[in-house]
Amino acid sequence: MIRTAQQLAAPVVLVLATALLGLGASSATQIYFLDALISVGIVVGLYIFIGNTGVLSFGHISFVAIGAWTAGVLTVPSSEKPAIMPNLGGFLRDTTVGNVPSLALAALAGGVFALVVGLPLMRLSGLAAGIATFAVLEIVHNMLRYYEKIGPGLNTFSSVPQTTGVWQAAVGALIAIGVAFAYQRSRFGRMLRASREDPAAATAAGISVYRQRLGAFVISGLVAGLAGGLYVHLLPLNTETVYLDLTFVTLAMLVIGGSSSLWGAVVGALAISALDSFLANAENGVTLFGGTLDFPDGTRVIVEGVLMALVLILRPSGLTGGREFSLGWLRR
Amino acid sequence: MTVAILNIDWQTLADAVSLGGIYALMAVGIGLVFGVLRLVNFAYGQLIMAGAFALALGAEWNWPVWAAILLCFAVVLVLSFVMDRLVFRPLRGQSPAVMLVATFAVSFLLQSIAQLWFGSLGKIATSLAQLNRPWVIGGVDIRKISIVSVLVTLAALLALRALLERTDVGLHMRAASMDFRTARMLGVRANRVIGGAVLVSGLLAGIVAVLLTVQTPLVTPNFALRDTIVVLAGVVLGGLNRPIAATLGGFTIGFASGLLGGALPTNQSQYLDSFLFAAVILVLLVRPNGLFARQDGAAERL
Repeated sequence: MIRTAQQLAAPVVLVLATALLGLGASSATQIYFLDALISVGIVVGLYIFIGNTGVLSFGHISFVAIGAWTAGVLTVPSSEKPAIMPNLGGFLRDTTVGNVPSLALAALAGGVFALVVGLPLMRLSGLAAGIATFAVLEIVHNMLRYYEKIGPGLNTFSSVPQTTGVWQAAVGALIAIGVAFAYQRSRFGRMLRASREDPAAATAAGISVYRQRLGAFVISGLVAGLAGGLYVHLLPLNTETVYLDLTFVTLAMLVIGGSSSLWGAVVGALAISALDSFLANAENGVTLFGGTLDFPDGTRVIVEGVLMALVLILRPSGLTGGREFSLGWLRR
Repeated sequence: MTVAILNIDWQTLADAVSLGGIYALMAVGIGLVFGVLRLVNFAYGQLIMAGAFALALGAEWNWPVWAAILLCFAVVLVLSFVMDRLVFRPLRGQSPAVMLVATFAVSFLLQSIAQLWFGSLGKIATSLAQLNRPWVIGGVDIRKISIVSVLVTLAALLALRALLERTDVGLHMRAASMDFRTARMLGVRANRVIGGAVLVSGLLAGIVAVLLTVQTPLVTPNFALRDTIVVLAGVVLGGLNRPIAATLGGFTIGFASGLLGGALPTNQSQYLDSFLFAAVILVLLVRPNGLFARQDGAAERL
């Protein structure tokens, strides 16, 4: 019981600490904390599927994109819609909802899309699954980019109310963590984890691997969609923001943290976000220990790439070793 | 669709065949390394990108064409060996997913190094530009590069076949890709075989860099990135467990993409990627082992 409480409390405390630091920060640096909290949401979404199934997915950023598009299109004030999105379809043109409903709809859209995609795709595993989910990402990116009846197409999503503040981002991250924790401790989560360790034995024990994977896929789609909704309310996005770079960064966070534990997902997301904002500052010049650091643009991706490769080589199960948090771990 | 079919002229067809050939070469390069290492190299496109930048630099320094091409091959080969030594070798034996993520990291790393070095606007490789002029064959204009790439592709594939079937190294490579452990027990040297595969795959990347820069002279840090994604889909589409299947898969997706891209009007061809990847998903669902792979093998583990 105490161990269970620790496992849930540790990531929650980390998120709350980040939120508190963010509240105290100046408005110029607050954006880094908000970004970190949204990353937690996305990475936990990824973790719900990849961590519990052991199957790689390159497609989760498409759920983030769909969540962002849903929340974005539905909250742009109707007076400004014709200017930004002249080709919008009838229903989307005439409907405008508030902030919280838009986030709920974003999560719903992510979940429904994951269900539609997952129904056929969850039969695949290994490389075929990797490539197929990649194909989903490509298709969604391609459609959002050119199909202007559902969004701004090639343009940036401007005029979306920027409502994502520290508390909303923190609540989003906490919802993601709560869902992931409840799921992995549920009957279904345990069945799925059993199938991760030994698919043949799990099948023999009467577990439908397909059905359990589909369940995890849909839940992770919901969480990723919610994170996408929060993201579009944070800053103006376009199709390139929710594509390969974000896929790479979030996968890197999960892998560096340790992809088979929730603790790993949260630690990875926050550690890389912290490093990322430090390097982003350093690209503009930062004073540290009396000397000035001034890295050229692009240093961030280089450092993250090297770090990710190093972690994979030296510690393939991630910084946390893929284990949940426990106090005994510190004493050792 | 009927209108689209009428739009196909000889140049479009030739372009599609040559793009198919180039993708087939990339597919072989990816497939060979996969055969011996069980590693899908997402960073393969960045090898080509590095080679293309070498060609662009050669053009900038006014080097003769042969020297620029030599530089291109040198850069690509050195980079493949460094990649093998620093990343692939320590990761040997890890799960395919871990290795795929690692090459994903390498790919982004190389892209951002290129961006730091050359900027995101890129450079122009012009040394072979005269190959874009047409030859007139039987009253039909065909760009020289289309014919040259088809010939080069054929020559490279034939040479590769000779290597795989007529030499000891080739035999070892084929044995290793069937069953690495048994092959090692029977005296195949792991490092030599992997080195051989990496070398050949690097050579192919060099050839592809030369051919692609003629068609797309503007070399940017994400040069060949989209091509690699499409080829990877093609390779899995064809079937990764047999080189011929992978090659055919690469050719098919290149040919289809070239043909549709050339024949469809712009308002439809912008959705080309969607069609292509939807087709990939459909094929994977029907034949998860690949279109041209033997389906009678032992059932894949879940």
